[in-house]
Amino acid sequence: MLEATNLECERGGRELFRSLSLAVKPGEALRIAGANGSGKTSLLRILCGLLSPSAGEVRWQGSRIQSLKEEYASQLVYLGHAAAVKDDLTAAENLFISCSLAGIALRADAVKQALERFGVPAGATPVRKLSQGQRRRAALARLSVSETVPLWLLDEPFSNLDARGIELLKDLFVRQLARGGSIVFSTHQDPGIAATQVVDLG
Amino acid sequence: MFAAARCVVYRDLLLALRRRSDVATALLFFVIVTSLFPLGIGAEPNLLRAIAPGVIWVSALLSSLLSLRRLFEADHDDGTLEQMLLGAAPLGVVAAAKAFAHWLVSGLPIAVIAPLIALQYDLAAQLFGVLALSLLLGTPVLSLIGAIGAALTLGLRGGGVLLSLLVLPLYVPVLIIGAGAVEMAAAGLGGGGQLLLLAAMLVVAAAFAPWAISAGLRISLE
Repeated sequence: MLEATNLECERGGRELFRSLSLAVKPGEALRIAGANGSGKTSLLRILCGLLSPSAGEVRWQGSRIQSLKEEYASQLVYLGHAAAVKDDLTAAENLFISCSLAGIALRADAVKQALERFGVPAGATPVRKLSQGQRRRAALARLSVSETVPLWLLDEPFSNLDARGIELLKDLFVRQLARGGSIVFSTHQDPGIAATQVVDLG
Repeated sequence: MFAAARCVVYRDLLLALRRRSDVATALLFFVIVTSLFPLGIGAEPNLLRAIAPGVIWVSALLSSLLSLRRLFEADHDDGTLEQMLLGAAPLGVVAAAKAFAHWLVSGLPIAVIAPLIALQYDLAAQLFGVLALSLLLGTPVLSLIGAIGAALTLGLRGGGVLLSLLVLPLYVPVLIIGAGAVEMAAAGLGGGGQLLLLAAMLVVAAAFAPWAISAGLRISLE
């Protein structure tokens, strides 16, 4: 279970939010809503440990995430605003490498399968030649091979996706929640997904 | 942990292979700069022999600096650096792997090609071994120290100039000892002492630089 208590965040001398508390239990999805610049990305970065909050703390299974370090990192998938794919590599190489870095060893056919499911060309095309939506899909394909990871933290996962892509992602969400995993994601518009809780940063 | 380090090295080498021009730029820079000196100074064998170690070492140092800025910048821009911070392996291991990959594509080719360059300076053939060995031991230190600077200046405007100002003074001991090894050998005193010093510097840098690099990366990504 992911818990955050009394989080406060200040960026560039401006206070984004204060005394923000949340708890995400297994099988729950939390949606972070809010206008541009309201601190959605900062909150997600705090939750995954990339950013330290000005005050407050984040706990995973009862322990502070700063003391868990890599142990916590191996329990989560964070997909940020940047797609985290290398333009010069193919989608398959990207997926294989990002999984290896996360400590998941993938076989070549598993990589191919995951990309096929997301409709990404698995051939020798470097990612730079793909469209924005396809790049997004290549990044999201990571989720379909992260089924054993209990916590997903996703920054604007629905941006740049077409209707079919959104359906695929929703399907992954449903299955992650059914397995008892947790999801925290941000959107500026309502994607029509039944989130268990909504945090509105205004 | 070693799987992650291997993966980072594999990835960076693959990227270098796809963008061969970046690798070639640093190497060509080294070749051209070292070739300019004999042309500018003229064919005075004694003078050329005397300046050879220093010129080759300074060029190697500048060439290493040239490719440093891109070490973390590209990964920072496309978000893959964040993924490395959230990886299963400690960031220090990833940082060491990145510095090693940087050395493989920037330092190693220079050490290999240096004896060929030394021909232009009429350096005695028995010194080629010392020259190559000093570069082989010294350039990884340059990559490790440089990576600390690259991590600290990541995402800054005008980071390139700041990086040079930050890193070049730290390169000075490596330059003095590295070039000194060849000069001592040329004087018939044997460069063994300097080479051992370089090896010691490499051990110390390999032990401590990864933690400094990862601390720098964490600060820059906040």
